[in-house]
Amino acid sequence: MPAEETLSLDAVSVLLIWTAIAIYALAFIAYALDLARRSAMAVDAKGVPEYATQRELVGVGTRLGSGAPARGTGSVDTAQPAATPRRPRQMWARVGTALTVLAFLFHLGATITRGIAAERVPWSNMYEFSMTGTLLIVAVYLVVLFRYDLRFLGTFITGLIVILLAGVLLGGLYTEVVPLMDPLKSVWLVIHVFVASLGTAFFALAFALSVVQLMQARRERRAVEASESSEAKPSPRFLRTLPTADTLESLAYRFAIVGFIFWTFTLIAGSIWAQDAWGRYWGFDTKEVWTFVIWVLYAGYIHARATRGWRGTRSAWLAIIGFAAVMFNFTIVNMFFKGLHAYSGLS
Amino acid sequence: MSNSLSDPLRPSDHADGAADVSAPRLGPVEWLRWAWRQVTSMRTALVLLLLLAIAAIPGSLVPQRSADPNGVTQYYTDQPDLAPILDGLSLFDVYTSPWFSAIYLLLFLSLIGCVIPRAKHHAKALMSRPPRTPVRLSRLADYEKHSVEASEGTDASAQASDAVDLAAKQLRRAGYRVERDDSRGSWSVSAERGYLRETGNLVFHIALVGVLIAVGFGGGFAYTAQRVVVEGTTFVNTLTDYSSFNPGRFVDGTTLAPYAVTLDEFQVSYQGFGTNAVGQAGDFAAVITTREPDGQTTEDAIRVNHPVDLAGDKLYLLGNGYAPTIVVRDAEGVVRYRESQPFLPQDTNMTSLGVVKVADGFAEQLGMIGFFYPTQDVLTSGAYTSTFPDLINPVLTLNVFQGDLGINDGTPRSVYTLDVGEMTQLTGGSTGVDSIELRPGETADLPNGLGTVTFEDESATIASEAPVKRFASLQVHRDPSAVWVLVFAVLALLGLLTALFVPRRRVWVKAAVRESEDGPLIDLEYAGLARGEDPALRAAVTQVADRHLAAFDHPVVDALEPGDTGSGDRRDAPTPDVN
Ligand code: HEM
Repeated sequence: MPAEETLSLDAVSVLLIWTAIAIYALAFIAYALDLARRSAMAVDAKGVPEYATQRELVGVGTRLGSGAPARGTGSVDTAQPAATPRRPRQMWARVGTALTVLAFLFHLGATITRGIAAERVPWSNMYEFSMTGTLLIVAVYLVVLFRYDLRFLGTFITGLIVILLAGVLLGGLYTEVVPLMDPLKSVWLVIHVFVASLGTAFFALAFALSVVQLMQARRERRAVEASESSEAKPSPRFLRTLPTADTLESLAYRFAIVGFIFWTFTLIAGSIWAQDAWGRYWGFDTKEVWTFVIWVLYAGYIHARATRGWRGTRSAWLAIIGFAAVMFNFTIVNMFFKGLHAYSGLS
Repeated sequence: MSNSLSDPLRPSDHADGAADVSAPRLGPVEWLRWAWRQVTSMRTALVLLLLLAIAAIPGSLVPQRSADPNGVTQYYTDQPDLAPILDGLSLFDVYTSPWFSAIYLLLFLSLIGCVIPRAKHHAKALMSRPPRTPVRLSRLADYEKHSVEASEGTDASAQASDAVDLAAKQLRRAGYRVERDDSRGSWSVSAERGYLRETGNLVFHIALVGVLIAVGFGGGFAYTAQRVVVEGTTFVNTLTDYSSFNPGRFVDGTTLAPYAVTLDEFQVSYQGFGTNAVGQAGDFAAVITTREPDGQTTEDAIRVNHPVDLAGDKLYLLGNGYAPTIVVRDAEGVVRYRESQPFLPQDTNMTSLGVVKVADGFAEQLGMIGFFYPTQDVLTSGAYTSTFPDLINPVLTLNVFQGDLGINDGTPRSVYTLDVGEMTQLTGGSTGVDSIELRPGETADLPNGLGTVTFEDESATIASEAPVKRFASLQVHRDPSAVWVLVFAVLALLGLLTALFVPRRRVWVKAAVRESEDGPLIDLEYAGLARGEDPALRAAVTQVADRHLAAFDHPVVDALEPGDTGSGDRRDAPTPDVN
């Protein structure tokens, strides 16, 4: 393996990833402008009663709405005012998405060149998991956009990606291409780590939706209070253009259960691998503990949604805590906790 | 909708359930029943799940005896005051601690108490018939209505009945359980599907119990043994040949299959100079010959990720290192000690530490503490170090001690440590005598004319033709329950997939005859009701209607009636296959 060629290919990868970061940052700005426009729009439409016209999101609404009827809400409600003819108001969201797609292509290029340079799957140390994991988050987001208009999450997604990628590169986590350590030479590296990253991507979306759900629920509560008393506390105005808290919740739930299934698989695949590599399928190694904790937290979230008094705000908090644990597992546990999973590539 | 038999049974505080029932009355039986209902409630399950998550965390913060016994010892050294307190709280054994066990046992008690009645109820539901058609279908959220012209000639009522026959046939083919529900002037079919959803949920929860039993009970039949083998030597699968043996509760260690394993060669490769990972070791392989009780011998290699199967046991490679062959002779030249002694690696370049104990043959016992450097170099401070893990410039240094090894009273001592409390140092340190320094094949005099020590060159005796032997540390593991854990885990996963993705829904198709100016019309109503999370319900109702209208093949004379939210956008609605 000629060393110089490897180096240059990896250098190309780093260049691509920085380009991707820059474009994601631009996408973040575009999405932020979109939220600002939405706020302005919500002000323009202030005369219109909030729930009066709901056809606008029908494309989304028909799909979102039917999630809940069994529970008797049956709502397709979004707070979005009618504005069908005024297309330009979505311009910034579109620019944001276009930029995200462009950044994604660079990001994909960076990941693939890294894989070619390393002559193996590009998710074998912390630098590489970060690259592939964030790539999957964007990929899942973009694929989901075909079905649901979740562009209001654009700032969150692009912001998260910029912070993670730039954080990894600037935080000195960049690792040169080195051969795999023996325990990693396994098909389970390909499967287990990839599926875990995929699960993380779904958890990320569920997290973002739950955050917006909490904000929306607070706004809805205040709207009710305001109609009862004259004093209204302000909430971010763009929320008026987003789906209702109920709709957001059932969407968040849908992403969380997909994530949960991937996570369950990760847990099983990891145990099979541990049986081969370490001679036992489960040993409460630190990383195993955290993977288990996350699994139980999301099982709790799924239960909470089915428990009286827990649906809504409380279960949303569990989705948020669950994702916080995922991030903790990925960053702090990888870098600072002692254990067998010492594959971050850092010394 | 009111609950019917075919609805799954849920704890009373399930979000879909009716409001909470009564508080307990005073009788002991009622009170017990009430307590049991609390234990098996959704809220209890939830709280226990969250407690379980929280209780698992300390085990990742504090070293655990099971995973990291040395870490615990270290903790006692570093925090002598804190450690006993933590130990009192079982924080070094979190996962076997009383409080952790209490949480998961309660959780599983709740689980079993919850699942048994649900399973019984579900078994009955599987044999029940779908509920009757509601009177006013249009009240349902997912509803559409179409009118078609009745053909001339035949009785319109007969055509309406045919329409429902057709719908019933189509629904049955799509996997629904169907029930005709005709009354005077109206014909309808009531259909339900997705019983698998509840089946999946039950399979999931029961499989979790299976995992727990397989781990907790099946683990009692497992054992783990460890052993260090030097190249060219053999060990037998018996208790006495192991340095450590951890049996499960139901294993006494007397029935091990007496096979023998010889380490022929230990192979390893290192990244060379000029690469990004100089010295990184890999491709470890313990090349072995195994001899089974029936005398059959086999050659094999144990690699990381590739354990060797032998008589139902699995042999794993845990570690490796150098085992320099050291020979000690007395002043007469008689061999008093000859051993390939495993030296424990201290760093990635395999600077290794080992101990020599010569118990007999000298006036006083001899002990030596040795450092082995596979590629010796000198630091600016003058200290030796190894700069590469392979045997490029192998050097062994020895510090000699004389006195009492402390092994005569029968107390077991580690072969890796030397207790110098009762000994005097003869070389190195502050003695003013240089440490003994040897390369393979070299011999040096022991101080005070005691005799000589030789670092044997083994290149002629071992397969790798290297001057120094290597050792492998092996683990023998037998766990007949592991496969059951896997089976239950996979069942849980399959149950989960079905429970979360099989939609549970009811669909009704209703036909009625209506006279109009242009002749008789047949009003066809289609409605669906989700039982639980079902994002695709609307698409399913649309698809049922589309297929039915197409197959029924009567001219549609729809005029969108105000309020029919269902049909307005039906052409745009996504229609995933709902079968
Ligand atoms: C080891 C502990 C448990 C875990 C990990 C767990 C996990 C889950 C998961 C992942 C689901 C959603 C998937 C499905 O519907 O099958 C679920 C649903 C459910 N669980 Fe559990 N569970 C546990 C214990 C319990 C207990 C103790 C109860 C009874 C009190 C219970 C009652 C239910 C019910 C009724 C549902 C259906 C919820 C719905 O209607 O959507 N579970 N559980």
